[in-house]
Parts: sequence; structure tokens; C-alpha cells
Amino acid sequence: MQITYTSGEQVEVYRFSIPVTVGVPLLALFVQAFLPLRFPWFARYVDLPLLVTIFFAMARRSPVAGLFTGAIIGLAQDMLGHNPIGIYGIAKTVVGYGASSLGVKLDVENAGARFLVTLGFYLVHSAVYFTVARGLVSMTQSWDWVHGILAGLVNAAIGVLLYFALDKFKQRT
Amino acid sequence: MESVLGRYRNLIILVGVLFLQVLGLAMQVKRMGNEAQDTRLIRIWAVGSITPFERGLVWMQTSTRNIWHNYFYLRGVRAENRDLKAQIEQMRLEQVRLSEDAAQARRLQNLLAFKEQFVAKTVAAQVIGSSGSDFSRIIYIDKGENSGIRRDMAVITPDGVVGKVALVYSSAAQVLLINDQTSGVGVIMADSRLDGWLGGSANGEVVMNDVMSDEDVPVGARVLTSGGDQIFPKGLPVGTVAKVMKGKDLFLNIKIKPTADLSKLEEVLVVVEKQEKQATADDKARVRAADILAQRLPSVPDRPTANAASVGIAPEGAAKPAGSANSLPAAKTPAATTSSLAAKSATSSTGTTPAIAPRKTGDQTSTAPLQNQPAGSATTKPSVVPPKPAISQPKPPTPPTTQPGSQPAADDNSPH
Repeated sequence: MQITYTSGEQVEVYRFSIPVTVGVPLLALFVQAFLPLRFPWFARYVDLPLLVTIFFAMARRSPVAGLFTGAIIGLAQDMLGHNPIGIYGIAKTVVGYGASSLGVKLDVENAGARFLVTLGFYLVHSAVYFTVARGLVSMTQSWDWVHGILAGLVNAAIGVLLYFALDKFKQRT
Repeated sequence: MESVLGRYRNLIILVGVLFLQVLGLAMQVKRMGNEAQDTRLIRIWAVGSITPFERGLVWMQTSTRNIWHNYFYLRGVRAENRDLKAQIEQMRLEQVRLSEDAAQARRLQNLLAFKEQFVAKTVAAQVIGSSGSDFSRIIYIDKGENSGIRRDMAVITPDGVVGKVALVYSSAAQVLLINDQTSGVGVIMADSRLDGWLGGSANGEVVMNDVMSDEDVPVGARVLTSGGDQIFPKGLPVGTVAKVMKGKDLFLNIKIKPTADLSKLEEVLVVVEKQEKQATADDKARVRAADILAQRLPSVPDRPTANAASVGIAPEGAAKPAGSANSLPAAKTPAATTSSLAAKSATSSTGTTPAIAPRKTGDQTSTAPLQNQPAGSATTKPSVVPPKPAISQPKPPTPPTTQPGSQPAADDNSPH
């Protein structure tokens, strides 16, 4: 497992075509909304829009692009639910910003680094969501460490595979 | 100043974006507190862009599955069909008994001027999507305003209550499931008649609230809708008690297992029309004195029941119901062939109405199907009641007759 500290000149910055930029998050949202109908555990353990946010943020390595990516994907995810719009938006904005900031400083191209980063950001995402939902919206939420870590591991494992698949769409700047 | 802005540019943008979202969130929360939720255009766009794909995918999936199940995979269908037929016959007998009970209940309700709620009309809808989040337990269905769906309509399955319509779009609707934290259903225990309300917990469990801790709530007790929420008609099955614990304050924490499988919903029914009307004893249930008299008087069957002897249970059927507590005149009716199953069905009903049960059986829907049963079915072969004479035609008193292969009528409960 290798996490290397790299200078700004060493890291590669990628960009994506417009169809990929729009299509991949939409597909992730669609799958996230559809699969729980057949596999009820999916909604409880997997957050595909979060994985897509982390991927785009880390690949672009631009905090501004990352936070906007997170905000848009999060808001779209909020719209599919019945809770107030903005809870996922805030959580994914923070994740997008954090992931792209980390991408600038660390080499997050290898599987080990990606696994750890995804696990960490899943917990960050859950913590922000929990805080906003309880503090701002007064939703009844209970923090469950076991579920959080388990779901984080599941997301990290899926994320590693997903990132390698999405790597094919990267374009060098 | 410029250098500070440049240096913390990213952070400032982050704070700005978060601030805007928090502001938007705060506005929504305030609005929700003040007035009923309005459907926002942004939600309509989001749902409108996602649901066509979901609808298409569900359609493809259903079509593929239908082609497979309806045309290719027919193994075991014949055996299943036979089993189902047998099951239907048994259920018909049960239905006869229940209809008598229901008729009696209706008569009593009529006397007490009760008003009942009926599910008058439902629209079947297919589940095409979910929120995809564990924090928002909703589903999307493929019927909306165009199909007559309105907000706050009850959504059910044949198994039980599912939820209520939360938002309506032109061709889709959002359904809030009963295990969501924000849902609430007025419920009542079927046996003890304890009432409370049902809501979801953060982890998706269904909990019954507002039952005092000194009440006795057995595990497995059935929970029905009480009708108090003005959304769900009274008496729909909701679930069974799975676990009872001491809760906060003076209340019990009762976990309910929903009868409808909320995690695997494919088709649902939306109750688009409810009717409230005073219960009336319908004509089927109404019994005239002449009918009862005709029943209790001996009669001669128009058609001899040839299979009575071959069945081999006629003597039992002739003797037992006569002595049963519910004063069944089975032996007096031409039904010397009354089966033990019919006798069981009649004797298991309440003590007041079954006096006419066998005749009602003949008049209603069960006679013909029972006579058309497959010969191999041991439980369903004997006919319960011959088709004639009809209950509405009282017969003149005739001397008791003895049928071949059956005991003489020995009704010690007969009025003469």
C-alpha cells in the first residue's frame, strides 16, 4: 500500500469530456435509485454518487471544481428523496473539496490509497450528513459506528473497482 | 487584501457554496413548518428526468420476466393449478362461514347506525424507483395526477398497508413508506383494541407509539388501521407485534413487523376513492321467517343424490349436524349427503347465524363449485347442498323421507 507525497508539478491533472461529466453522475444517481428496489441492502451500504464525487474530485485536483461537483451531485441526490434539499449537497460539497485538496497533495492513483481515501471520506460524509440532519433539520438520527465502518469498507471496495473502470475516461490536460 | 483573497480563494468559495446551501435548507425548513409542503419545480425536474428511465427499465424487466414465466417456464404449473383449485374450494367453504359472520355484523351495525369506510376504488401502480438513500424511505410509482392520484391517498398491497402518497407529478408519484421517520398511521390492535400510532424509526423499523406501559401487548398480536388518521380506511392489516419493550416515560416501545414486505415492493394499489356509508344488512344476509320455516320442515329432494352412498360419509353427515350445538337442520334438508367438511364449516361458525348456513350455502356461490369439484378430491367431493329446492321457495310440509344409503332424518332441534 503506497501513499506518496508529491509536489504540485508531479501530480497529473485530468479532465473529462462533457458526456462523461454529465452522464456518469446521472447514471450513478439512477442506479442508486433503482437498485434498492431489487436489493434493499444497497441503499443502506452503498452510496454511488459519493464514489463518483470522490473520483471526479481526486482526478481533477481542483478544490473549486471538486466542491461544485460534490454540490451538484449532492443536491441532485437530495431531490430524489423527501428530506429538505441540501443535506446531501452540503455533505458532498465538503467531500468534493476535501478529496480534490487531498488529490493535489497525495498520489491517489494506486488501489491502497484509493481504498483508504474512500473509507475516510465515507465517514466524513456520514458525519457531516448526521450533523446537518440533526442540527439543522431536526431529523432523528442515531450514529452507528459499526454500520458506518462496515458501509465505509463496502464503499471503499466498490470504489476501487469503480475508479479503475472510470480511469478509462480520463483525458490528460 | 488581494493576496489574502487569492490565497484562500478555494476556502472562500467552499464557505460560500456551503452558506448558500445552508440558507436554502433553512428556507425549506421554515416553509415546511409554516404551511403544507409545496412541490418545488426543482424536484419535479429531477424526478421527471429520472423516472422515464426507471419506467423503461422496469418495463423491460417485467416484459422479459413475463415472457419467461408465461411462455417458457411452465414446469409444475399443472400440479400447482390442481393445488390451487383445491385451495379455492376450501376457501369457498370458509367464505361461506365468514359471509354469515359478516352478515350478522352488518345487521348489528345497522341496528347501531354505524358508519363504515369502504375502499371504493383503487388504482394499481408499479414501483419504479426509490430515493436510493437510507435516510429517506420513499418509493416512486408509475401513476400520477393523470391517473387520478392525489396527495395523502393511502397506498396498500393485498398484504397490508404500504404508505401514503407524499408528492404527485403528472405521471409519477412519491410514496412515503410507513417505516419512514416522518410517517404516521393511526392503528389499533385487532384483539385488545388498544390504539396508538405507527411511525418509522431512524433504522427503518416500524414502531407503534402511545401505548401505556401497563397494557398487555402479546407478541404476534395483529395490528390494523384505526381510520383515525383520515387517510387509511379502517381495518386494513398493518402488521404483527414483533417485540415489546419498555419505552420512554410511561409508554411501551412496540416494534411491528409489517405484513407488506416494504423492501420488495413491485406493485401497489392506491386507494383513490373511499366511501363512507351506513352499514346495511344486504339482501343476501336477510332471512325471512318463511325461509327458516322451509328449512326446518322436511323436504324431498328433486334429484336423488346418487353419490351419497359412494362417498361413504353420508351417515356421519346426517347424524352429526343434527346434534350439533348450532341447531343445524342439515339432516332435514335434502342434504343427507352433507359432507363432514360442510358440517365442520357450519359448526365452526358462531352460534346464532348458522341455523341457516347450509341453505345460504346453496343459495350463494358455493354450491355449484362444490359440485364441480374433481372426483379425486376427498375433502371436496361430497356436495354440501343440492341445488334445489331454492331457499326463497318455502316448501309445504312433507313427510320425512329416508334416502338410500343415509340415516333417517333425526333432527332433534326441529321445531315440530
